[in-house]
Amino acid sequence: MKRYDEEHLAELLRALPPAPGHWVKAAQELPLARSGLDEIVARAERDVEFRRALLADLEAALAGAGYEPNPLLLESVRERFHSA
Amino acid sequence: MGGVSLLSLPDAQLVARCRGGDQEAWRELVNRYSRYVYGIAVQAFRLPAHDAEDVFQEVFARAYEHLGKLRNDDALRPWLGQLTRRLCIDRLRAGSREQPLVEDMQEAAAEPLELLEDAMAVNEALSGLSEDCREVLDRFFTRDESYRTIAEALDLPAGTIASRISRCLGKLRSALEGRNSPPHSS
Repeated sequence: MKRYDEEHLAELLRALPPAPGHWVKAAQELPLARSGLDEIVARAERDVEFRRALLADLEAALAGAGYEPNPLLLESVRERFHSA
Repeated sequence: MGGVSLLSLPDAQLVARCRGGDQEAWRELVNRYSRYVYGIAVQAFRLPAHDAEDVFQEVFARAYEHLGKLRNDDALRPWLGQLTRRLCIDRLRAGSREQPLVEDMQEAAAEPLELLEDAMAVNEALSGLSEDCREVLDRFFTRDESYRTIAEALDLPAGTIASRISRCLGKLRSALEGRNSPPHSS
């Protein structure tokens, strides 16, 4: 049976520092990237009408453009717009 | 489903949810294994940051793509570990003309890899503790925050942080030793 004194536990806890936040976020957004997040943002940047529609009613605009407006996608699009 | 319940979900169930298209489950999977993948790339194989980032993203991209091919859903950690090690070695090979150098680095990675496996066991036990304990231990040990910073962030008296850390370490030790103790023979 392994023993865990405080010093050894501390060493093991320190052995797993967090990965940079933006690496983690990018990996977490993989399904979104696959479901069109990057495409939506790019289209909103070049298509003023689409951008307006998104700002007016995000869910309806996404559904109208053929995307599945799931909560995570909605949240991520909002986040991208706010950070732009 | 809320984050707390996903946090306590065993790997096999998390994988099943990811396969079913549950994006919150995927976020939790990445969160659960991000430190492990990062540790292998940066601490064990000592890849420079840009290479480590490429490996990190590649691991999760492949995992996402091939999750359906995982034969045993409980074997997520070894599968991710093997994938990360393989991609790290590929990266070292691509950047080095000297084969012995790559082999030396693989050999040098063996000890830190073992430490990371033990650290993951601790991390898993940590996820069974209260949010308060997880947070205080993470802030102190992995984020290297001072008592004062932790106290301010958690709105606690600074004088209580040391005792809180000690108490949570005790709980963590009990969780680990309980997990490793042999079954009763009677």
